[in-house]
Amino acid sequence: MSEILEILLSANFWAASLRIATPLIFGVIGALVCERAGVLNLGIEGIFTAGAMAGWMAVWLGAGLWGGVLVAALAGAFFGLIHAILTVPLGLSQHVSGIGVTLFATSLSYFIYRTALPDVSSPPRIEEFEPLNIPGLSDLPFVGPALFQQTPLTFLALFLVVATAYVLYRTPLGLAIQAVGDNPSAVESQGLSVYGLRIGVVVVGSAIMALGGAFLTMSAFDAFFFGMVNGRGWICIALTVFASWRPGKALLGALLFGAFDAFQVRLQTEVGAFIPGQVFLMMPYLLSIAALIVVARKADYPRALLVPYFRGQR
Amino acid sequence: MVHSPSDAPLVLKLDGITKRFGALTANGDVTLELKQGEILALLGENGAGKTTLMNILFGHYVADEGNVLVARDGQRLAELEPGSPHAALEAGIGMVHQHFTLAENLSALDNILLGTEALSALKSARAPAQKKLAELMARSGLAVNLDMRVSQLSVGEKQRIEILKALYRDARVLVLDEPTAVLTPQESETLFATLKKLSAEGLGIIFISHKLAEVIASSHRIAVLRGGRKVADLPTEACDQRQLAELMVGHEITETVREPGHAGEPLFVMTGVSAGHGREALHDIYMDLKSGEILGIAGVSGNGQTMLARVISGLETPAQGTMTLGNRNLDHASARMMIDIGLARIPEDRHHDGIVGAMSVSENLAIEAIRKPENQQYGLLRFSAMRERARKLIKAYDIRCQSEDSPARLLSGGNIQKIVLARTLETEPKVVLAAQPSRGLDVGATSDVHKRLLAARGRGAGVILISEDLDELMRLSDRIAVIHRGHLSAAEPTETLDRGTLGLRMAGHSGKDAA
Repeated sequence: MSEILEILLSANFWAASLRIATPLIFGVIGALVCERAGVLNLGIEGIFTAGAMAGWMAVWLGAGLWGGVLVAALAGAFFGLIHAILTVPLGLSQHVSGIGVTLFATSLSYFIYRTALPDVSSPPRIEEFEPLNIPGLSDLPFVGPALFQQTPLTFLALFLVVATAYVLYRTPLGLAIQAVGDNPSAVESQGLSVYGLRIGVVVVGSAIMALGGAFLTMSAFDAFFFGMVNGRGWICIALTVFASWRPGKALLGALLFGAFDAFQVRLQTEVGAFIPGQVFLMMPYLLSIAALIVVARKADYPRALLVPYFRGQR
Repeated sequence: MVHSPSDAPLVLKLDGITKRFGALTANGDVTLELKQGEILALLGENGAGKTTLMNILFGHYVADEGNVLVARDGQRLAELEPGSPHAALEAGIGMVHQHFTLAENLSALDNILLGTEALSALKSARAPAQKKLAELMARSGLAVNLDMRVSQLSVGEKQRIEILKALYRDARVLVLDEPTAVLTPQESETLFATLKKLSAEGLGIIFISHKLAEVIASSHRIAVLRGGRKVADLPTEACDQRQLAELMVGHEITETVREPGHAGEPLFVMTGVSAGHGREALHDIYMDLKSGEILGIAGVSGNGQTMLARVISGLETPAQGTMTLGNRNLDHASARMMIDIGLARIPEDRHHDGIVGAMSVSENLAIEAIRKPENQQYGLLRFSAMRERARKLIKAYDIRCQSEDSPARLLSGGNIQKIVLARTLETEPKVVLAAQPSRGLDVGATSDVHKRLLAARGRGAGVILISEDLDELMRLSDRIAVIHRGHLSAAEPTETLDRGTLGLRMAGHSGKDAA
């Protein structure tokens, strides 16, 4: 018992939770806006990989860190555009297209990496983002190290949560996004373009997802390696349902998952002698499934999710 | 009938519109004019091209030939950019679709504002919009709670939002597609009162309908479409129902008349039946259907009719209560058992539940009797026997199709209904369950359905007729019960009822929903 308390009371644990949650925040916000507009984006896992690879490579080739972030976002936007064109005007199955984009983006990223670096044994490193030092806040006892010694990308993720909530609930654009995910004909009969909105949202949402990947290679680690995304994209798809498509709850879900993960690592070192490590690795996923069962039964899906819209269909 | 505006300027002209879908000509050279402050009724049977024409006007479709001319703000008629709802809205055309185009997850206010503000705006300007809408609601009498989520509003309120959407954009032409299809009689009257008021203020209105009475009562001018072409364009004063019906159908119509019946013993009885959850749930239903009678079930759609039909069909097991047919207890009846003991099921959604679209006409005709020896032997289907029987039925029921081998989905709604009738009534059932049997059918097909139901009654079958059409119910039923929020009233003889009473009961006695 005392070990558990000790973990929960360490600033280090909370800092790790927020750090682990950061890529998930990007991913879930990106997935959430796409689904709000009626498009499931299962390309997310591949878009994470593409973002991680593109951001890292841009910096490795000499771009600045923020230049790398921009390149990662553009890579995400590119794969988002592929998914959008296949699913929106062409109306193909969103599941099939999404899986296709994931396979394509992942393989292409590995291919480019291998082609650029044919025979390195250990991945080359870059200068990664340093934790920000916010005067005043970062020096607070406990709270400072727990919450305010993160890299800029973590703060960008938190800002995106607020910005997404504001856009979705307070602006005409947000109303249009919510409407197009519920009843596209409501949007068309008010003179707006269903295709324009959906394509735009999927492209921007995918760019946000890619930032989650960029965080991995430019903030969490300082290199790119195979399999590093490791299912984070899929977790984001589940978190979106957990969050009932609300940005605030999405943040909460990502933090919970981050906390579970941070907790299991620490618990492993405490009691790892008696219990196999794999059990701890499973924990965040098991808890996610449990949370989904409780929350998602009442999930209020966007009504037009997965339903393609065809103009003037007869 | 309403007084017509004399020499008002034209606000809209459809000039020689032609639209083809493959081999089908949905609109053939249709020309239509609308004056300021005029109410034009667009009358026609299903498939006559009314909705297509209005969708061209609103930019959902692009016409193959001809164009749409609109007068903006008292100027002369100018051509409207085709295929753009945005352009139509800009030109002052508002459209209320038959299936509402509302985002249910947003408030009424959000739905009205949608698309009226620049998407790049950082904030939605609520206050001025609310003020303008408050004035509009006061002036037009269209009251809506603007802050409620649309999913929580009634059908009547949703329709008022749709009209407000158009008025908020200062529409000068308002198009309504079958606006009364989903309303109670009282709600319809209120709607037409509002439309008259709006037209008196200068709004040009086109409403689509196939109901003759409301067309005559509420328009200045009537245009009749048949087979995609305009066959008449007359001032309403010069029209009567009979003449309009013949223009619509293209030939004389004989009305079905219900001869006095000989109702027998109670045949099918439901006692204390409850089933389902939520809005469509049934509560403590009592019903006694006698042989040789038609029992009408009136109600606005969504009040439990669908569940009632499912329970009677054996598709849903009631949570409580008993059902009997003759002496037979039906507590654990399945759909198969109900068919076997003589239930004819004419389902509400005939395309979805009545046929298998990909299968042929002959297969669809045999589908409920597939285990009978005339259709199968040693577990193998007897296709030639099925085809032969199908050819007979196609002739007897006048099913229009290329052959008995055409896929059923290619047939029109009326002919699909004839397949259902032929399949179910040919077995001489004891009980006929007809759910919305004439919904969406034209005058000819409707009269055919009515004749068949009356014939079944004459043979001694009991017929349960679930319908939203009061005229149909009054004409065919011996007794009528009203279903409201899952409660079924006691059935009363039709002679003792009138439309007003039924309308009030359909709205739940109080009639407040109709206000």
